[in-house]
Amino acid sequence: MSRILATAQTEFLIALRNRWVTIAVAMMVVFSLVLAAAGSAPSGALGADRLSVTVASLTSLSVYLVPLVALLMSFDGIAGEVERGTLPLVLTYPVSRAELILGKLLAHLGVLSVAVAAGYGSAAVAAVATDADALAGLPALWRLMWTAVLLGAAFLCLGYALSGLSRRPSGAAGLAIGLWLVMIVLYDLGLLAAVVADDGGWFTTELFPWLLVLNPADAFRLFNLAASEATAAAAGIGGAAGAIPPVQALVSLVVWPLAALLASVLIFRKVTP
Amino acid sequence: MTQSLTLSRLTKSYQDTKALHDVTLSVGAGERVALLGHNGAGKSTLMKIVLGLIPYDSGEVRVLGARPGSAAARAGVAYLPENVAFHPALTGLEQIRHYLRLRGEPAQLAPDLLARVGLADAGKRRIGTYSKGMRQRVGLAQALIGRPRLLVLDEPTSGLDPVSRRDFYTLLDDLAADGASILLSSHALTEVEARTDRLVILSGGRLVTQGSLTDLRRQAALPVALHVVPREGQGARLAEALPQGRMNGTGVYLDCAPDAKLATLSRITALGGIVADIDVIPPSLEDIYSHFSRRDGQ
Ligand SMILES: Nc1ncnc2c1ncn2[C@@H]1O[C@H](COP(=O)(O)OP(=O)(O)OP(=O)(O)O)[C@@H](O)[C@H]1O
Ligand SMILES: [Mg+2]
Repeated sequence: MSRILATAQTEFLIALRNRWVTIAVAMMVVFSLVLAAAGSAPSGALGADRLSVTVASLTSLSVYLVPLVALLMSFDGIAGEVERGTLPLVLTYPVSRAELILGKLLAHLGVLSVAVAAGYGSAAVAAVATDADALAGLPALWRLMWTAVLLGAAFLCLGYALSGLSRRPSGAAGLAIGLWLVMIVLYDLGLLAAVVADDGGWFTTELFPWLLVLNPADAFRLFNLAASEATAAAAGIGGAAGAIPPVQALVSLVVWPLAALLASVLIFRKVTP
Repeated sequence: MTQSLTLSRLTKSYQDTKALHDVTLSVGAGERVALLGHNGAGKSTLMKIVLGLIPYDSGEVRVLGARPGSAAARAGVAYLPENVAFHPALTGLEQIRHYLRLRGEPAQLAPDLLARVGLADAGKRRIGTYSKGMRQRVGLAQALIGRPRLLVLDEPTSGLDPVSRRDFYTLLDDLAADGASILLSSHALTEVEARTDRLVILSGGRLVTQGSLTDLRRQAALPVALHVVPREGQGARLAEALPQGRMNGTGVYLDCAPDAKLATLSRITALGGIVADIDVIPPSLEDIYSHFSRRDGQ
């Protein structure tokens, strides 16, 4: 445990020096505030408080932004050490490879949590400042925060796995961007195309909800939207959200980080420095 | 004697190159062993195998009585890689504190460790701003953490200035006196010869010989060179008396086998008046080394 903490501490310091903390926090705060400002106009019409509406738009934002920030922080995790030549030495220390990855994960999760808290927090302050009823949306905001951290953990671990597979930072960066495109953008587009082509058949009613849960980003969206019914109507996939119990989306959100962590450790074990 | 490290019939090949071939070697407690050999002889490969960083094909390796790379071995072994590298954004102190924590040692020891390698003043600066020799010293400092029982040092003095080299070997002497075993590789023959107990020469992945310099000198049996200086105007007579020698401007050079040295010397002194002086030039360290270390031959 102390070795994991030692690694986490040093990695956090490196993230701080590399400006990752600044970049992640700035990105989350700027985008959150922009959304809070943009979403403030029509809130009364839906009958929901302003914070709940903000949470709905923050959910859509986080689906893109949190995995991206997580992958950007993690793709260098193993490949960077291989390229810098720092890996052989650390591997001769009495520390296991799983402990090394856990240490990095802890540090990067810390950075991500700070960024998410700062971003969502500033959006919440903006909402509460203009709408006294907005405090009703606090549970939804809290749920959004911890699920965003889970989503980030999944993509951090996926980033380590890619980093271990490619051994070179440039290759790992390419793989990370590719993974983001496929899992976040193309996956949903593909599902959408299939649903349109299927026209309400077996695929749409039986398979489609499960395919949504299978992807951690969609599970994140489902869980947050399904949990706050008022805003589900405001989002596009309200119908699908209704078809799946939130528990299954939550299971997906918990299983993904664990599975990705396991995969990254197994891949890291195969890396010869 | 208890052995800190034993290799027997160790063989390792990369895809197409045979890096190590049937290497048998052991290092005892408190012993300082220098690994010599040409570029690509297999020194770094041997060290990485000892540390469990890379697998080997056949043979047996025991490190402190355990499997290389096992928890027991890693707990007692310190390593200094060739071209040691650190994260440039960390300061020397932060980096050493990190390594101390990984070994379960108190982080407050970091300033002491840096002071031992002469980096007391630079500890608060980022490693990215260090010179090559300063980075090398950070590498040495981390190898001293936690009283290791075996130190594996790959070209530890590369990049160090002459004074730091001497300080480094003094550090090694202290460690060895405490019972630590040291396996180091080097291309600097003179310093290694004076400051280690045994030389091991690898050539093309094979261990060609090992022993103290005296042992190697005897094994090599290289000829001794004699330089005989004639008295004023006696050059021609001297050359006549020593027909096997070569005359140059200052005198006659001749080579003789080590066991014929005394006989030859007494023959020359018997020449009496025509000889002014004799210099005996033993084979140099480089001669002995290149006798054993043949890159392509055999
Ligand atoms: N990762 C690798 N893949 C393939 N061949 C390798 C690899 N590492 C080393 N070799 C080969 O193994 C042989 C031994 O290399 P090694 O690095 O052990 O030499 P060395 O004695 O340390 O040389 P130097 O004095 O230059 O440091 C060389 O022929 C080298 O080309
Ligand atoms: Mg080498």
